[in-house]
Amino acid sequence: MKVQIDSGRCSGHGRCYDLAPELFGEDEEGYGQALGGGIVPPGSADAARLAEANCPERAINVLEEG
Amino acid sequence: MSADDRFSRDFRDEREERPRGSRSEVVTGPVSDWATDFSHAEPEWAADPYLIQDDLRQRCPIAHTERFGGGWLPTRYDDVAAIAYDTDRFSSRAIIISNFRPSPDLAPVGIVPPISSDPPFHHDARKLLLPAFTKTAIGRYEQSTRSFCHSLIDAFDGQDLVDAAQDYAKHIPMRVIADMLGLPPEDAPRFAEFVEDVLGTVSLPPEARRERLDKVFDYLYAQIRDHVENPRDDLTTYLINAELYGRKLETSHVVGTIVLLLIAGIDTTWSAIGASLWHLAAHPAERERLVASPDLLPTAMEEFLRAYAPVTMARLVKEDMHWRGVDMRADDWILLSFPAANRDPAQFDQAAQVVIDREVNRHAAFGLGIHRCVGSHLARMELRVALEVWLSRIPGFSLPDPSAVTWSTGQIRGPRALPLRIA
Repeated sequence: MKVQIDSGRCSGHGRCYDLAPELFGEDEEGYGQALGGGIVPPGSADAARLAEANCPERAINVLEEG
Repeated sequence: MSADDRFSRDFRDEREERPRGSRSEVVTGPVSDWATDFSHAEPEWAADPYLIQDDLRQRCPIAHTERFGGGWLPTRYDDVAAIAYDTDRFSSRAIIISNFRPSPDLAPVGIVPPISSDPPFHHDARKLLLPAFTKTAIGRYEQSTRSFCHSLIDAFDGQDLVDAAQDYAKHIPMRVIADMLGLPPEDAPRFAEFVEDVLGTVSLPPEARRERLDKVFDYLYAQIRDHVENPRDDLTTYLINAELYGRKLETSHVVGTIVLLLIAGIDTTWSAIGASLWHLAAHPAERERLVASPDLLPTAMEEFLRAYAPVTMARLVKEDMHWRGVDMRADDWILLSFPAANRDPAQFDQAAQVVIDREVNRHAAFGLGIHRCVGSHLARMELRVALEVWLSRIPGFSLPDPSAVTWSTGQIRGPRALPLRIA
């Protein structure tokens, strides 16, 4: 599983790095960044889906394959 | 190198040189029909805007008014989101509805950048502020905020009944923004008055409103001049020294942004803290559940932000157009109600219910798109710390007289009198 942030949509609400800090971080302006190349380690799949479901801008994509 | 004389003139002279805006007739009094005559400045709206907005969403989802020179109120999430994203057709050059419209020549900067700015200038002005407001940068203020919250509760000593809006919620954002801007902490209690001067005067005639605004500008000019002479490590000095396009910011940009930073975080966060405490006082079972399970606070807090979103913004229509079934005219206001969007059943399950463990909560309390509240990480820190401290110190509290609670009118909604029994 992988996560991606659409930087064209991200507005820096920070819900992803609040809810899944193991998968997302902030850049120096507060925009979200997928950590570790967006690879979701085993055990973090639910956190990835939670971050996706709570992004107000629908900027997060969870790719089940990959 | 010449001294920085950008702030030596009287701001009244600066203002005289601005392009003129236009005024509309002041209309106040009871609303005849919310679909055709809405007003967010009337007491009925303050008492319960949700009933009004829920009703409109079903029978007339984009309501109209002739007040304030003409405006529209969309109540569906999809319409609010579409307008927030469409900066080509909706301008932010005024974001507080009143009977004065600033001149279109003020775009794309506006009076209080970057909230009043449109692209492309908006992006650059906002970029200057973002690093100071990241979650990490805001973390620096958490410990002092926590200590301050404790000191407010220490001061309740011996009282059975306290006003959680006036004696607690209100002071927290005032103190933190005073720290961030480098304004004297002893001035903080005056800031609520400044907020009222800026936001609570939308139905006053423009001359009377201007007098109130002048008081705020006089204060801030004095503080800015003091920072020019005595630079220090705070946001005011940062903005005085900041550069855009290879030179220092225009005087009006520095002052406008400081006004924005001072005003925008106060009654908004005050409202969020107050509404959360009000809800918990009125719903003892939920209060007990949250006290017993503090790990619910993150979802509870987001749910309070959804259900009682304090902030409604405004836009101005750029050109005449037919938009989603209505005929908008250039310079019509849009009352951009994030609270209405947040209670749209098409977007949220159990939209009218407060569900403190709601897991999926894509609320728009901090706006959507390029104008997402710059202070959202600050607001969330203040709200979280304020609730953590209150719930740990005063786990049992109640609402002895619900009718004694009063709510603000206008675009920022929250309790302004909130008597709670704490013993």
